[in-house]
Amino acid sequence: MGKKNSFTLLILSVFLIIFPFVTTNTYYLSTMIFVGIHGIIAIGLCLLMGYAGQISIGHAAFFGLGAYTSAVLTSRFGFHPWSAFFLGVLLSSVVALAIGIPSLKLKGHYLAMATLGFGEITYIVFNELTDLTGGPPGMGDIPRISLVGFMVNTDVKYYFFVWAFLIFILVVSLNLINSRIGRALRSIHDSEIAASAMGVNTSKLKLQIFVISAIFASIAGSLYTHYVTFVSPSSFSLSFSILLVMMVVIGGMHNLWGALIGAGLLTIMPEFLRALKDFEILVYGAILLIIMIYMPKGLIGGLGYLFNRFKK
Amino acid sequence: MNNTILHASNIQKSFGGLVAISNLSFAVHETKIKAIIGPNGAGKTTIFNLITGIFPPNGGAFEFMGTRITNLKSHIISAMGVSRTFQNVQLFSNMSVLENVMLGRHTRTSCGIMSSIVSMSKKKREERETRERATYYLEIVDLCDRMNEYPENLPFGKQRLLEIARAIATEPKLLLLDEPASGLNTRETQNLGRLITEIRDMDITILLVEHDMELVMDISDEIIVLNSGRKIAEGLPGDIQENDEVIKAYLGED
Repeated sequence: MGKKNSFTLLILSVFLIIFPFVTTNTYYLSTMIFVGIHGIIAIGLCLLMGYAGQISIGHAAFFGLGAYTSAVLTSRFGFHPWSAFFLGVLLSSVVALAIGIPSLKLKGHYLAMATLGFGEITYIVFNELTDLTGGPPGMGDIPRISLVGFMVNTDVKYYFFVWAFLIFILVVSLNLINSRIGRALRSIHDSEIAASAMGVNTSKLKLQIFVISAIFASIAGSLYTHYVTFVSPSSFSLSFSILLVMMVVIGGMHNLWGALIGAGLLTIMPEFLRALKDFEILVYGAILLIIMIYMPKGLIGGLGYLFNRFKK
Repeated sequence: MNNTILHASNIQKSFGGLVAISNLSFAVHETKIKAIIGPNGAGKTTIFNLITGIFPPNGGAFEFMGTRITNLKSHIISAMGVSRTFQNVQLFSNMSVLENVMLGRHTRTSCGIMSSIVSMSKKKREERETRERATYYLEIVDLCDRMNEYPENLPFGKQRLLEIARAIATEPKLLLLDEPASGLNTRETQNLGRLITEIRDMDITILLVEHDMELVMDISDEIIVLNSGRKIAEGLPGDIQENDEVIKAYLGED
């Protein structure tokens, strides 16, 4: 994983452990829980976009599949939250395979189009399957999740629960990109023809990463459900998919830490922009524009560049 | 002949209405250097793309070491032992010089997603071996001192060498070099000629597309001449130089 990553991970962990003791405000704590949930999706999406070079405009739907599988199975059919959690992961992987197999065989951005369609279809299904999902108003009464016998029922506990997941997923992903597989992924991004001429099975690898990113989104969905204990289709719309893509782009596509920073920024910022109401979308647009023009490698890349210049 | 490594029979390829390769047959013999020459647009690079499976031919077949490789995927053909370089250098720009060559070891290593994730001792050992092997190939092209730089910071001639190092790191039986001397100065071209014969001496067969006639005549064992997708001559360098058809193709009819 490398010394640099281990060190950053250590700093992050120390911050995360201290944070709930310093802040007594549950509002901050709950915002941090959402940062963690969004961060998990952004890490997966960053693997897909920054490393496999593919875009998904339907990750809100995988997030939704996880969320609704957990919600429906636990509250309507009495499943254990963990069984529902794993069934959500299973469902998302199967769906990701079904979308990925045909569209990743082709070169180019067919996956973006396929996931766009999939996202819309899923959104409609959540709205229309009223008997199961409760339709547009959503469904509540979702039980809390427990961990080896302990209910994760307070914000502090849930905070640690979510961030433990995130750290695990981050470590897994860092290990993945710092390996033979990670090298192959980066080579696909740079030149797909050269990568396959050097023996990299590009479609298989892209498919595997797409499935992994869908699994991460599904995990985040289940975590979301058991925290909010209420789900409605509007949380899984196209605009959320686009927000997820923005998190990755703003933070820095080629850097998992960047994805995490992007997730943090775009989760915390709306809380400050509430006053602007619908105009907040303009602020997003402006930020995206500025970053694309002046920091094409995202915040991480841009700040790293500035840091190096000051050092000289 | 029993030491044929690559056999092309009746290859046809057209793009829309344009016939790129027409009824082409040839054989490449083991541990020889064979050159394909011809004017621009003769179909030389197309042959490389057909052999490496970037696109399939419309007709005909390629046999590599006795196995039919037509219609196989690029990465499978590569794993079987065919490697190549590109006319317009295709290096991985976000990877260091060393990592570019390490990628060449992809099919000679086996760590999958699971062992990459849990980061076991197998991964560590394999990564160390990959790094050592990659350094060995960088030594061959004399790029060890720049292994931590990024390809775009290398002069063009060195980028070509890096691409060759990456290609031989796959341990190919057959190496396809697509205009390796284009963009090189005289001294670099001479060094390249030496390097190519060195690679041949590592028991790697070479198929070479090149415009630099001095280099081609100097190192090739056999030459094929193409014009407009057709083979107009094949033979030893000396014979090709005196072939009327070839002179006509290059200089135009008088």
